Amino acid sequence: MERAVRLKVNGQEHRVLVPPHRTLLEVLREDLGLVGTKHGCELGECGVCTVLVDGEPALSCLVLAHEVEGHEVTTVEGLATDGQLHPVQRAFVESGALQCGYCTPAMVLVTKALLDRVPEPSGEQVREAVAGVFCRCTGYVKILEAVQAAARRLREARA
Amino acid sequence: MLRLPAFQLLRPATVAEATHMLAELGPQAAPLAGGTDLLPKMKRRQLQPRYLVSLRGLRELRGWSGSPEQGLVLRAGCTLAEVAAQPAVRSAYRALAEAVAVCSNPILHRMGTLGGNLCLDTRCTYYDQTEHWRQALGWCMKAPGPRTPEEVPCRVAPGGSRCWAVSAGDGAPALIALGAKVRLVGARGERVLPLEDLYRDDGIRYLDKSPDELVVEVLLPPADGLRSTYRKVRRRGSLDFAALGVAAAVRQDPDGTVTSCRLVLGGVASRPLVLEEVASLLVGQRLEQEVLERVSEAVYRAVHPMDNTDFTVLYRRRTAPVHVRRALEALAS
Amino acid sequence: MRVLEERERVFSVVGQRLPRVDGWAKVSGRAQYTDDLTLPGMLFGKLVRSTHAHARLVSVRLERALKVPGVVAAITGRDVPVRYSVFPVGQDETALAVDRVRYVGEPVAALAAVDPYTAEEAARLVEVEYEPLPARMDLEEALRNPEPRIHDSGPFGNVHRLASLEFGDVEAGFAEADHVREDLFFYGGNTHAPLEPHSALAWWDPGARKLTVWTSHQGPHYLHRGLARALGLEEHQVRVVVPAVGGGFGGKLDIFHHEVCAAKLSMLTGRPVKITLTREEVFYAHRGRHPELLRIRTGVKRDGRIVAMHVEAYLDGGAYCSFGPATLLYAGTQQPVTYRIPHYRFQGVRVFTNKPPCGPKRGHGTPQARCALEVHLDKLSEDLGLDPVELRLRNLTGPNELTVNWLEITSNGLRACIEKVVEASGWRQRRGRLPYGRGLGFACSAYLTGAGGSIYYSDMPHSEVHLRVDRSGGVTVYTMATEIGQGSATAVATIVAEVLGLQPQDISLVTSDTDLTPIDLGSYSSRVTLMVGNAAYEAACRARDLLLDAVAERLQVPRSRLVAQSRRIFDRATPEVGASFAQAAQWAEARFGCLATSGSYRPPQKLGTYKGSGVGPSPAYTFSACVAEVQADPETGEVKVERVWVAHDIGRALNPVLVEGQVEGSVHMALGEALMEEQAFRKELHRGPSWLDYKVPTVYEMPEVITFLVETDEPRAPFSAKEVGQGPLLCVVPAILNAIADALKVRVDEVPATPEKVLKALEEQRKGRTGRVGPTKVPPFSFPPPERVPRPQSWEEAAQPA
Repeated sequence: MERAVRLKVNGQEHRVLVPPHRTLLEVLREDLGLVGTKHGCELGECGVCTVLVDGEPALSCLVLAHEVEGHEVTTVEGLATDGQLHPVQRAFVESGALQCGYCTPAMVLVTKALLDRVPEPSGEQVREAVAGVFCRCTGYVKILEAVQAAARRLREARA
Repeated sequence: MLRLPAFQLLRPATVAEATHMLAELGPQAAPLAGGTDLLPKMKRRQLQPRYLVSLRGLRELRGWSGSPEQGLVLRAGCTLAEVAAQPAVRSAYRALAEAVAVCSNPILHRMGTLGGNLCLDTRCTYYDQTEHWRQALGWCMKAPGPRTPEEVPCRVAPGGSRCWAVSAGDGAPALIALGAKVRLVGARGERVLPLEDLYRDDGIRYLDKSPDELVVEVLLPPADGLRSTYRKVRRRGSLDFAALGVAAAVRQDPDGTVTSCRLVLGGVASRPLVLEEVASLLVGQRLEQEVLERVSEAVYRAVHPMDNTDFTVLYRRRTAPVHVRRALEALAS
Repeated sequence: MRVLEERERVFSVVGQRLPRVDGWAKVSGRAQYTDDLTLPGMLFGKLVRSTHAHARLVSVRLERALKVPGVVAAITGRDVPVRYSVFPVGQDETALAVDRVRYVGEPVAALAAVDPYTAEEAARLVEVEYEPLPARMDLEEALRNPEPRIHDSGPFGNVHRLASLEFGDVEAGFAEADHVREDLFFYGGNTHAPLEPHSALAWWDPGARKLTVWTSHQGPHYLHRGLARALGLEEHQVRVVVPAVGGGFGGKLDIFHHEVCAAKLSMLTGRPVKITLTREEVFYAHRGRHPELLRIRTGVKRDGRIVAMHVEAYLDGGAYCSFGPATLLYAGTQQPVTYRIPHYRFQGVRVFTNKPPCGPKRGHGTPQARCALEVHLDKLSEDLGLDPVELRLRNLTGPNELTVNWLEITSNGLRACIEKVVEASGWRQRRGRLPYGRGLGFACSAYLTGAGGSIYYSDMPHSEVHLRVDRSGGVTVYTMATEIGQGSATAVATIVAEVLGLQPQDISLVTSDTDLTPIDLGSYSSRVTLMVGNAAYEAACRARDLLLDAVAERLQVPRSRLVAQSRRIFDRATPEVGASFAQAAQWAEARFGCLATSGSYRPPQKLGTYKGSGVGPSPAYTFSACVAEVQADPETGEVKVERVWVAHDIGRALNPVLVEGQVEGSVHMALGEALMEEQAFRKELHRGPSWLDYKVPTVYEMPEVITFLVETDEPRAPFSAKEVGQGPLLCVVPAILNAIADALKVRVDEVPATPEKVLKALEEQRKGRTGRVGPTKVPPFSFPPPERVPRPQSWEEAAQPA
């Protein structure tokens, strides 16, 4: 039943004793103290628990912790480096793309995943990327702007 | 936070091992693929398997082979996103590409698998609810709680003796329209059957397979000029299940005369509804307005949804012909 | 260097597109929401909820649950029997049902265990025996069946509250009319659905005999009072702290069961107890939009001038009082704020039903009547052959006038708002010339910048702020302004920074802690920017005075020449003569001692003296106008809102990014209310308490939003800054409905205007009947005769023949 699971989160290895029914969401928040990952239904509907598994968005409420052994998990806490916000995070703050902030960790992560794959996304691709996460505050307008602003910022950084 | 009930997680190394585990454990076990259907249902205590047999590590279930010319084999562990992005699917089996692209939402596409989508549990407004809600309702036939199915009526049609939960997957109608077959592997061997034969008209026992059998492959016939499309009716552009799914596939002579046609609806019955008679009206005809009008009328007569999904029954029945017609118009243009 | 002064309307930080002060914490995942908190020895609490919509509670047995290893305590209604409510006239809820349950989901027991799995498992073992009573699930049922009464607090039957007011002489008014029209409209109930589920962490310190509750809440002051009452504690024994809040919209303003229960369980166990609701439970906590039936009758002159109006409102309140007395009156207050109505009658009734209680949701009580009115005016304009915009323009209120119901309008930018959206949308060129299926719709609205009256009577300020300047130059503001995402922290920081010549990021904020921060009544009625803002402005000006005095003395510069700007205090005549802000703070501390100032704000006295006049007055009103463009599918009834133009009279935007964000968020919420969201019930159960079944629009439904901010001078608001959190929602819903009517030439007089209803209206039309769906009658009910309220003098003078 319960066994020690080796999890790699934000580049750091953790060994956690976990029974199989614990989800990645629960382990992140309750065992590793990474409470930046939020929860809003635990049924795979709202999307605010999104993390990246091997760089792709996944709903941590529907992933068993046992099943991510050997995979790389990235949470919002893993984005900023050396106290500097990731360009996506900066774009969200500067564009006013957050209000209550509860969907923000997930939004930032789906944006990062998109821009890692598609540096110059179309409007449709941006909408698709954020369509898995609900926002109740912004009407998405400034989120869509922030994604494009982040894309520009990342392209400029690469150029 | 909603939590999962306790279970044991088994991680077989091969499909054969998985099927033997499932055979041995019987109804106490369930296969776990993407988890996007099963895990929420467990959190709501609609299902409480004591063992989950994880298919995630099985390389046999990954990838695809073949081509539109020879026929395409998609293994069941492909995620919906992989299927939607697969070049042959996009070029030659449009209905499938369009169907999986509108499943749920883009994050769940990356988690859910093709096999899982084909085995999606039937859905019902009285069943897909939390434990507390269903207890307040007094349970239902499909998930009778502490009671037996015989003691609890179907809440949709309380007078009857069956469950009316709805087949709401997007993949199945599209693949049936495309003439797909599935390969099942069980503890006692394997078999290939037309996908439509996998489904039963019963909300509870909705799959015609034994619990140890796994869908391992989807076999698409050579495309051979088949043109297809999928339309989905739902209130929102993301997340929602199909209140109606329309899959249409036709072959036409160079002059536009239809030589074969398949029409399959999702979201209106406990299994994907294959509209054979309606489709036959099109054979030998061109996709022209007058024919399409006759098809619409036939669809209206053939579709009898129950009041257990989003949208009213009347609305779903009234608009089904419109969406079938529009699917065919899309193919005509 | 250019010297800036307030009266020049040029500012350093006010009006700048600066990042919000809580942005970094939120985007980095560091912001702490209540469920993110844990304390040593913390227990996990769980509520057990009723499975009956209406029943006598025969027994609640905890024995089996208490036997589960790991369960530490369990309680029933007998343990928390005190009735409470935010509203003094309410007092009809208990933390756990005592002898009756009134809706499915009402809590009947609570327990605490060492881990959440144990708590959940034990909750299943609580044995509850019910004796069912007939449940009343809508207005009609509740009014037709007065017995058994759901409560005995109302005047009779299932009536909770009544209002019946008349300003002027409505029948005389109608007698002057050239044309009279009456319409019925039904506004379906909907709910806030904040992304963060409610959560409370309570800790009773047995040594200090003090309770601390961290909670996701938007009104810590009212909660503070309510918790003390419900738990039998002195108010000074209770401390409420609000961490980051993941959305409120009015849904986190009541005193909630889980808050009282977590506290009680902590008091019983001596250990911290946390209760976080599941998504399903959030739908039961509700307090959302009242389902409301409206009847509006208006008399107009041939040229479109309104001569009389009669509004009747029937509110389905759900099972408890909540903010219902105010909701009821709000249904009647705002119509005369946008349009001059010489004779006005409002009659309303709030009815109890067996559903989760309705309460304040964004726009509190006003969206329903606003929507009904704006649709009604569209039809009136058709009757008269007038353009809908023109009809409104002929009836607009202006600045500095008193409405017939004694509300004092100061600044009023409604006319400018209308011009903006009409011009930008091409209304005059395009309306009526679009192909079938495409339509434009228009509507106006008004909202309060803060309720002029507090919920309990007092003559004390509504907002107070402490401000401290330390010798390092650090500025800390202590305020109960509760940040729920709307940007209150940034608003307060911006105001203080502007006055002191600093940047918003320089200001440390200590917020929403009843032990540390002075009173603010809460984040509701769009009151924070104006009320906390004025208090903060006063505190900051007082601090600046001290700093300027000290600098003037040290540098021997006339005080009147000194300005605070760019983190310095200097002589405007010779800017190089001055001191850094920190230096100035040290001189001031040396001169005056500890540098701490306070500010407070109390709104102006209300002018009306009639019963109910406490609801409606506000220091300042905002105005909005909207044009919506839709593409509607006549075969499927599907409506796609493609573009929305909104103009909002903001007074002045403290931060345009945040203001636009409120407008855009309002459009999203309005879109949901107009087309798809509904807190609906099937038999006695919520239709689907989940994100999947409750249809909040996704990114794919969002239209393009074109926002215009109209600036006006508002002397009562800090830097003229009025509200934006609620007002812009109001006009969007009717604009969408009017656009559907323009597109398809049928009327859906009901929200949400679902594809089903659109199609039904088209079918009615095809069958040769009126192309309309919507209510056709009002429930069996007669209102008491209205209280006749004399009109303000200005109206009587206007009525005299010239």
